[in-house]
Amino acid sequence: MANQPIELILARQFADSMSVAVFLVDPIGNLLFYNEAAEGILGIRFAETGSMAVDEWSQIFIPTYEDGRPFPPEDMPLVRTLTNQQPAHGSFCITNKKGEKHFITVTSFPIEGRPDRNLGAMAMFWKPK
Amino acid sequence: METKISMKITVWGCRGSLPSPGPEKDFYGGNTSCVQVIHKDTCIILDGGSGIQRLGAFLKNDFKEVHIMLSHLHIDHTMGLGFFLPLYNPNVNVHIWGPATSNESLLERLRRYFSPPLFPVRLNELPTHPQIHEIHRSEIKIGEISISTDYICHPGPTLGFRISCGNSVFTYMPDHEIPLGSANFPNEPEWISGVDLAKDADLLFHDAQYRPSEYANRVGWGHSSVEDTLTYAKLCNVKKLALFHHDPAHTDEQLNQLLKEFTEHKKFDFDVEMCAEGNVYDLS
Repeated sequence: MANQPIELILARQFADSMSVAVFLVDPIGNLLFYNEAAEGILGIRFAETGSMAVDEWSQIFIPTYEDGRPFPPEDMPLVRTLTNQQPAHGSFCITNKKGEKHFITVTSFPIEGRPDRNLGAMAMFWKPK
Repeated sequence: METKISMKITVWGCRGSLPSPGPEKDFYGGNTSCVQVIHKDTCIILDGGSGIQRLGAFLKNDFKEVHIMLSHLHIDHTMGLGFFLPLYNPNVNVHIWGPATSNESLLERLRRYFSPPLFPVRLNELPTHPQIHEIHRSEIKIGEISISTDYICHPGPTLGFRISCGNSVFTYMPDHEIPLGSANFPNEPEWISGVDLAKDADLLFHDAQYRPSEYANRVGWGHSSVEDTLTYAKLCNVKKLALFHHDPAHTDEQLNQLLKEFTEHKKFDFDVEMCAEGNVYDLS
């Protein structure tokens, strides 16, 4: 497999060091990495899944509004960031593979490498205290 | 009969951070990063540290074109540029290649050095303005030499170089902090900075500025320990490793001790040595 760009290597290193949940995706949305805090919310482990294609990881949770209505995937912050290459922010619920439901707030931003290369995006998500 | 293609690689400076001449450093030398790669009439110079001054003085007149490739613009890699005599020779066409950034052009950044109060001569006052080329994740062909470049882990935009000629590969990564540029070192090579540049190289020049105990107090400064560099060379399956970018405080005796400490009674699948100013490597 080809070397990842240094910007993504450092982003993964950063994500790995954080106690807030972090997702790292490439420009087409393939999930390159998620950290330990994200594992707790998603109910899966990176050591077991490794990176995942966009079709695969989009199936591991179901996004909804708090009242249970389906949350449009295209409105999720990370999808908006990948589409527009702009930061995005929003809150919604996810139900993971274990059936656990979490209300989360997500902030996502594009990763633009030198010189002006679109390398993907990072999303951080919080469970309100 | 097929011509045997080779690269002649000469070390004009392999000291890191600061020129540090002195009798206690005579063997490995005190000049900062500068390495010359020659193939036929192609002359490539990797970095413009203080070693480039001597290189310029000894450069044969038959090179009418010279390519200086800057890994990055830290002062120890650029401080010799203004003293490179071919820049003042209108018969020599000098090209300067260096890392692109998102904001300031390479030309603008070079002008900072070539201007008072740092240096009295401005770039546009040279007899022939050098041609400036910005590179990033690039593939370049100069004569029969192919060069792949990519950003590697070091503060500020910094490139590593994979230089190929015929079947020979020389990789140059003078400033590179391996552990910080690795998500899971030494596992998952695709997540380790620069591996594609160094993979299966015949010769790797790699940063090994610190002993591990020194590195522990210098994380984030952009350099690697001898121990990590040995692991990296193994991971990249290189044939020969020359430890580069010696700490300015390390004497010849200390460098010899460092090499002995980390290589004696250990078996490697590749040759290891401390790079020394004046060393010549012939890849064929």
